[in-house]
Amino acid sequence: MTEPLALRSTAESLAAPLPPLLAAAEHLAANLILGAHGRRRSGLGDEFWQYRPLHAGDEARTIDWRRSARSDALFVREKEWQAAQSVLMWVDRAQSMGFASAKGLPSKADRAATLALALGVLLIRGGERVGLTDLTTPPRSGQLQMIRLADALSRDDATADFGAPEVRGMTAQSRAVFVSDFLGDIAKVESALTKAADKGVKGAILQVLDPQEEAFPFDGRTIFESMGGGMRHETMKAGDLRDRYLDRLALRKAALSDLARITGWQYHCHHTDASATAALLWLYGAMERDH
Amino acid sequence: MFTLGGIGFTAPWLLLGLVALPILWLLLRAVPPAPIRRRFPGVALLLGLKDDDNESDKTPWWLLLLRTIAIAALILGFAGPVLNPQVEREGSGPLLVVMDGTWADARDWPRRLERLDGLLSEASRAGRTAAVVTLTDLPADGLSFQAAETVRQRLPSLQPAAWVPDEVEVLDWARGLDGGAQVFWMSDGLDHPWRNDLLAAFEERGPVTVFESPRPVIALTPPVFADGVVTLRAIRAEAAGAAEVTVNAHGLDPAGTPRTLVSASAVFEPGARDAVVEVSLPPELRNRVTRFEIDGLRSAGAVSLTDDSLRRREVALIAGLDDREGLQLLSPTHYLEQALEPTADLIDGTIGDILLANPDAVILADVAVLTGAEAEAMLEWVEAGGLLVRFAGPRVAASDLSRDAEDPLMPVRLRAGGRSVGGAMSWGEPKTLRPFGPDSPFFGLPVPDEVSVSAQVMAQPDPTLAERVIASLSDGTPLVTRKRQGAGQVVLFHVTANAEWSTLPLSGLFVQMLERLAVSTRPAEPTAEDLAGTTWVADELLDAFGEVDEAGTISGVPGEALAEGRIGRDLPPGLYAGEDRRIALNVIGADSELSPVLWPDRIPVEGLTVVPERALKGLLLSLAMAALLVDIVASLWLAGRLTGPRAGMAAALLGALLLLPAEGQAQDGADEAFAIAATSEVILAHVVTGNADLDRMAQAGLRGLSNVLFQRTSIEPAEPMAVNLETDELSFFPFLYWPITPDQPMPSAEAYQRLNRYLRTGGMILFDTRDADVSGFGGASANGRKLQQLAAPLDVPPLEPIPNDHVLTRTFYLLQDFPGRHVSRDVWVEAAPADAELIDGMPFRNLNDNVTPVVIGGNDWAAAWATDAAGNRLYPVGRGYAGERQREIAYRFGVNLVMHVLTGNYKSDQVHVPALLDRLGQ
Repeated sequence: MTEPLALRSTAESLAAPLPPLLAAAEHLAANLILGAHGRRRSGLGDEFWQYRPLHAGDEARTIDWRRSARSDALFVREKEWQAAQSVLMWVDRAQSMGFASAKGLPSKADRAATLALALGVLLIRGGERVGLTDLTTPPRSGQLQMIRLADALSRDDATADFGAPEVRGMTAQSRAVFVSDFLGDIAKVESALTKAADKGVKGAILQVLDPQEEAFPFDGRTIFESMGGGMRHETMKAGDLRDRYLDRLALRKAALSDLARITGWQYHCHHTDASATAALLWLYGAMERDH
Repeated sequence: MFTLGGIGFTAPWLLLGLVALPILWLLLRAVPPAPIRRRFPGVALLLGLKDDDNESDKTPWWLLLLRTIAIAALILGFAGPVLNPQVEREGSGPLLVVMDGTWADARDWPRRLERLDGLLSEASRAGRTAAVVTLTDLPADGLSFQAAETVRQRLPSLQPAAWVPDEVEVLDWARGLDGGAQVFWMSDGLDHPWRNDLLAAFEERGPVTVFESPRPVIALTPPVFADGVVTLRAIRAEAAGAAEVTVNAHGLDPAGTPRTLVSASAVFEPGARDAVVEVSLPPELRNRVTRFEIDGLRSAGAVSLTDDSLRRREVALIAGLDDREGLQLLSPTHYLEQALEPTADLIDGTIGDILLANPDAVILADVAVLTGAEAEAMLEWVEAGGLLVRFAGPRVAASDLSRDAEDPLMPVRLRAGGRSVGGAMSWGEPKTLRPFGPDSPFFGLPVPDEVSVSAQVMAQPDPTLAERVIASLSDGTPLVTRKRQGAGQVVLFHVTANAEWSTLPLSGLFVQMLERLAVSTRPAEPTAEDLAGTTWVADELLDAFGEVDEAGTISGVPGEALAEGRIGRDLPPGLYAGEDRRIALNVIGADSELSPVLWPDRIPVEGLTVVPERALKGLLLSLAMAALLVDIVASLWLAGRLTGPRAGMAAALLGALLLLPAEGQAQDGADEAFAIAATSEVILAHVVTGNADLDRMAQAGLRGLSNVLFQRTSIEPAEPMAVNLETDELSFFPFLYWPITPDQPMPSAEAYQRLNRYLRTGGMILFDTRDADVSGFGGASANGRKLQQLAAPLDVPPLEPIPNDHVLTRTFYLLQDFPGRHVSRDVWVEAAPADAELIDGMPFRNLNDNVTPVVIGGNDWAAAWATDAAGNRLYPVGRGYAGERQREIAYRFGVNLVMHVLTGNYKSDQVHVPALLDRLGQ
């Protein structure tokens, strides 16, 4: 017989992150004006798209008699094509994402998860199927999928210092979102993107950075360690490194941007001290674009 | 003690530690600052970057210097440095300390005691016995030497005396001493007659060292009043360089408060021993002067008490029957009044009454007839020292006064009828005055040409006439005659006191003559004969520090002693009162001189200055601590912990340290901001009760009332303010609303002072017990009892329930009720004076000239007025339309109240406008 107290505490610790994450994501998603995720062309769907004159070959039952009665011609009422599409997300949960430079700031992982889940909420409400690239959560639609996503995103089991994009679960012609700080090995990112491009997957790269990583406000004798402690670098004058570090960071961003352009993806850099809504808006727009 | 350039060290061996400093320097130099470990994901981008140089692992030289200074300060500090280390004074055996203890000592008595304290401490360290003697308070039973420490403990009880010791007494005592002793003599710096003899007596006992203050001794002689000017002399012992002292005249101001009435400065010329101060005072001010003193000198010599000699004279004016009506310039006494008014107190009345008041002078203008009793009383008064001045005139000329025999109240016999010169019916020109002779009291007064005499009464030539004439005309006929009568005198002006017979009363000479006459009557310095056999009681006494105290009940002194004026223990300086006058006995006499002591060369003279030992240990240790603190900050900064992230704590701490001094200014600034905010607009205010709900309600209520005032009247108040009685200035606010709650704290005494001042100077407080729904006014409610407690220390006038015709009922609206949330007629205001009458045709009485300082009620007005910032009512009032009407009336009451506060009795006056216009039209 299981100890009820232990069961309960386990259950609570399991459930604990779900509602806040989901709530935060839903709150964020609510800021965007929602409509059905239309494809901007005629097809099967619920929403009215346009009236067009009756062509030869149209079935008689497609005639909109009410509209036709107002003129001499016959009109067909067309609906907007609303077809569900799969969107796969990869959210970096490596240790480097756990960094937050100040007390009031969320960690990069928190921000990434919130943004990804909020996008998921938006897309699911738009009728899309959303999943994660790492095979644990295949793309599905519906409210339950939100819970599953939240569960998967709030799992905290990373051990690596830096993460690399996962492309195994990607289906062809789907869309994808990569959210990470992309401070690790850029070769892995490059190969992942190339693979995705090979499968015809297009999408967006969102780089989430902490403001301290942008500013490098250090000075004096310092030993820098990665979050997991796997990497370390000692310097006598941290201040002297600032310019060179910033150069390297700019190079990294340029590389990501170039990579995205080549593969037909979109790239955006977001800082944890900036508004999450703006990033969500960009993400949502990136999903809307090039249909 | 090891000394090094004026600084001694208690533990000099510790100074060897300074040798270790260079080693420390090397050690510190070798150790680089510890690194900080930081978690930073961007480290991946840093891999492979090399530092430009490795210099920063060395501590910079200035930080090393700072640390070295800190360590050096620590070492020096623990070595116990002492500034001005005391050099021990040699000497052994008993120590006799003699202090003059006179008034001249008082000016720096504390410094003398301090010096003495130092000397006795030394003696105590040397294990010597000591005795301290003040010459003004000689020990009755010889000397008793005690342990110096015991003597030192008694020092605070030593006091100087306001007199100089008696020569015989002092010398007797000094010669009666036996046994040797080292003598320290604290001299007051003045040469006294016994000084040298006493020095000789002391030198027989042992070596003498003199201690003297280099500060000059300055004293003030008693004021002398002559010709309208009070003259004092400031005298000093040494004819040093130029100096200036301020002489203040102290006395009661018209309100009865002691204060400085006038100040003048006395300037010592270089090399001069005295400086003359002349103070010209209006008589009424001069009458009130109680003492003169040199500003800033605490010494009896610098204070001079004044007695009756500065007082204003009382003059009685009596004119003959005045049957001519209304012609003021012809009134016999008009010119006398004009001349005497500025300088004397004039008394009117019948002769009998006047003489009871014992005036200094009586002037009879053209009075011929005195009844028997009057003449008798007058004669008695004149013989007791009174001055009788008579003026001639038509009545005197026509009477038989002093015709056949000389009247005792007339200086000369008169011829019948008098004479007229230079008139329409006579030959000759009007006569002018002859210059005054040297025997005349008027001697020296310039005779103006325009003074002419056209009529006079003539004196009978008598053997005594010549000596009695003190002023005469150019033809030699007497103009003013005088006769001694007992202790007093009788003076006759042979002309009228008005301009009928001469132009003398029109000239300045008239005033000067009167002044001379009246001055000469002022009681002069009493002689020993005057004082013989009298007893005088001290009224006020002067102590050595120049403080004036009530004498209390001490036995009287005989007049002879007072006349002799030898002040001493039996005759302390002060103000002595006799039967009819008071005599001031001052330390310094009118002709006193001060002279410095000239000590023989063999006597060492030291000053009073004590350079105290000053331990520098604390200073150096603080310096070390400060240097270490700076070092902490500098190290943090060098290591990048101040500028980088996680610097919050250190930076906040530093910021707090730097910002601390700015707090006080912020407080001042707040006061000023409060004053500006309260005065730039009309502001209604409420008293903070400490009950947050109530305070909010009061604030909201006043806001609602302010809005109504703004909308309906020309009063445009700003947002109301809360006033803390303990801290805030009240005078900015015309009106205070004070809701009562049983649990509010009582204001402090200072707050009550402010409140009373506020009420007296035109402020108004509306007390609201807010309980009119449950109890009548003043009933047993908790709020009512609290109000009684709160208002008990307040200066509240008698109150009455608001009468129907009170001005509050019509300052803006016509009101008969004053509801708030509750409807009660019990509203109390300052009671009308008992004699207020209802005048016909006026709607209300002229009750008070002032705004009632308090309005007391319990209708919870603030609740009825209360609105939020958007203007919504906060509390329900009544029911339905009737309730809204009640709220409206409540607002109207508020409007009337504020109008009443701001316009005072203006409405009341308005009522009288028709009557005033009516009267003007007439």
